[in-house]
Amino acid sequence: MRAVVLVKVALQSILKNTMRSLLTMLGIIIGVGAVIVMVAVGLGAQQRIQQQIENLGTNMIVLTAGATTQGGVSQGAQSFNRLTVANVDALRRESTLLTAISPVIVTGGHVQGGVGNWRTMVNGVAVDYATIRDWGTSSGSFFDATDVRVARKVVVIGATVAANLYPEQDPVGQEIQIRSVPFRIIGVLAAKGQTASGSDQDDVVLAPYTTVQTRLAGRQFIPQILASTASPSDIRGAMEEITSIMREQHRLAAWEDNDFTVRNQADLAEAAQSTTEVMTLLLAAIASISLLVGGIGIMNIMLVSVTERTREIGIRLAIGARGSDVMIQFLVESTVMSLVGGAIGTAAGFAGASVLGHFTGWNTAVSVPTVVLALAFSASVGIFFGFYPARRASTLDPIEALRYE
Amino acid sequence: MSDTPVIRIQALSKVYRLGITEVRALRGIDLEVERGEFVAVMGASGSGKSTLMNILGCLDVPTAGTYDLDGERVNGLDRNARADIRNRKIGFVFQGFNLLGRTTAVENVELPLLYDRSGPKLQTRRLAIEALGRVGLSDRAHHQPSELSGGQQQRVAIARALVTRPALLLADEPTGNLDTRTSVEVMALFQELNDQGITIVLVTHERDIARYTRRIVELRDGHVMRDVAVAERANAAEDLRLLRLDGEEAS
Ligand SMILES: Nc1ncnc2c1ncn2[C@@H]1O[C@H](COP(=O)(O)OP(=O)(O)OP(=O)(O)O)[C@@H](O)[C@H]1O
Ligand SMILES: [Mg+2]
Repeated sequence: MRAVVLVKVALQSILKNTMRSLLTMLGIIIGVGAVIVMVAVGLGAQQRIQQQIENLGTNMIVLTAGATTQGGVSQGAQSFNRLTVANVDALRRESTLLTAISPVIVTGGHVQGGVGNWRTMVNGVAVDYATIRDWGTSSGSFFDATDVRVARKVVVIGATVAANLYPEQDPVGQEIQIRSVPFRIIGVLAAKGQTASGSDQDDVVLAPYTTVQTRLAGRQFIPQILASTASPSDIRGAMEEITSIMREQHRLAAWEDNDFTVRNQADLAEAAQSTTEVMTLLLAAIASISLLVGGIGIMNIMLVSVTERTREIGIRLAIGARGSDVMIQFLVESTVMSLVGGAIGTAAGFAGASVLGHFTGWNTAVSVPTVVLALAFSASVGIFFGFYPARRASTLDPIEALRYE
Repeated sequence: MSDTPVIRIQALSKVYRLGITEVRALRGIDLEVERGEFVAVMGASGSGKSTLMNILGCLDVPTAGTYDLDGERVNGLDRNARADIRNRKIGFVFQGFNLLGRTTAVENVELPLLYDRSGPKLQTRRLAIEALGRVGLSDRAHHQPSELSGGQQQRVAIARALVTRPALLLADEPTGNLDTRTSVEVMALFQELNDQGITIVLVTHERDIARYTRRIVELRDGHVMRDVAVAERANAAEDLRLLRLDGEEAS
């Protein structure tokens, strides 16, 4: 009952001074709005990276030749045992956890067909590649095991290549020349978009690795082997399997270090994730400063208000309000104002984030925890910065206060 | 219980210390005010009238002496206890009205009830409207102070002082900001309330105003110099009627 009355008194006081209340709230509105927008941008970036990593293929393991340096980058492959088709076969034979495995032979070159020329990447892969990368076709189909076994001159082209060379027609069934070798297009890959680092994943041509080895690359070793497991929980075990099979394949003694590197998507993801997390925190920290400034604004206006309302406080004390009543009234006032400011700021933040997303094309994501946190934070700003003025008000001497002009 | 005086003060003194100098505003005052009395406190400027009223109203504490209000020892109470006493037992009327701005008359009158700790008051609005009725302002309940005349504002302030049914009504120069006619109006209201049994102590500079009370206590330099009953108590309602007649003749 008593609390209700004091809250009512505080609310009346806020409503009776609309302009002052709005100005007080402005700082908090801007502060909370800024926090919401900044965190939305940061979270949006995180989500985008997450999506892109998932786009690469789930449960993917990457095996490359060469030992790992501290930075996680493999060194030049020349001085090490190379990866071969025999390694791929061994892995396929001996591993129990790998459900898909494919070599990736990367070459580049001019392709010719349709309306002209296009410089792109030509990757020699196995049938499993589609499974590993979780990559379907939008037209036609992926090549099959027979195509690979007999090294047929067939290709599946990426969406970018299709758009550039065959803007008007379905490329499936057309002939395309890769470094003057004629291939038949049997499928177009579904569009995947850009990678986290901004390169176009759809600017690619996939051919059976056997064909690439014999017709294009002219070499037998394989720079990279991709594999995947049925579920993410198998990844650790699968990586250990790969390591032991490869050590055996490369006949490494117990004291020798690995001359190859096994990584998985999670490792790559972690690095990217932690970078954007730091960015999000930084943005939030900068935005929080404006919230802090908003809080100081509240304190400033509450202090002015205590002085300005000295007589009112004197009247309340004279007719029997206790110091604590006056204090609660002022605390409720500042808390309600910063909470309402926080709510308006949240709405403004939502709007700001979507406008920003619209004009910059950035991903933005407003999360419920951010909103809750921003509101809780603004309430505590109200209490914290309202405390000192409220305390000043509550300790005024009623006689002095009544005499105040 | 009914024969305990509303106010009993003994050897009351108040010393203000300003750095090294001391101002002895009250120098040993003894005073008893019985239930139903109507007392005017008079005296020259600086004689200690406001100081005495502040102590009587539990806004201030005496430096020495005792003060029993309505049978309760109140000197020595802490800040919160004094706030509660002010709320329950005392109604204040000030020279400058001291109403909350941008707040309607009825909300102003309701205010003391909101701070009442004796228990939940459910019908604060009804009590406030009743109190406004007693001062004849039922029709102005939803006006703000800026929309009321000085006399009306003072009546709202009186309603606010009455709403808690206090044992004592204190008024420090309640007519100080009002013209003669309005002053008499306010005094008529005080007389009416006093006739209903309410104990009133008021400070005034004007003999004419003091004539409407029943007893005059005169202070000088912090002492009670004179304490006399009013011989011929003037009737404010009657004077008001005469003033109205004068006004009509003049026009
Ligand atoms: N807060 C204070 N600090 C110091 N001295 C004070 C204080 N309040 C009052 N005094 C002094 O106490 C004495 C009595 O003051 P008080 O206000 O009681 O006089 P008063 O009779 O009400 O005068 P007036 O008719 O002018 O209102 C004066 O000398 C005054 O200067
Ligand atoms: Mg005075």
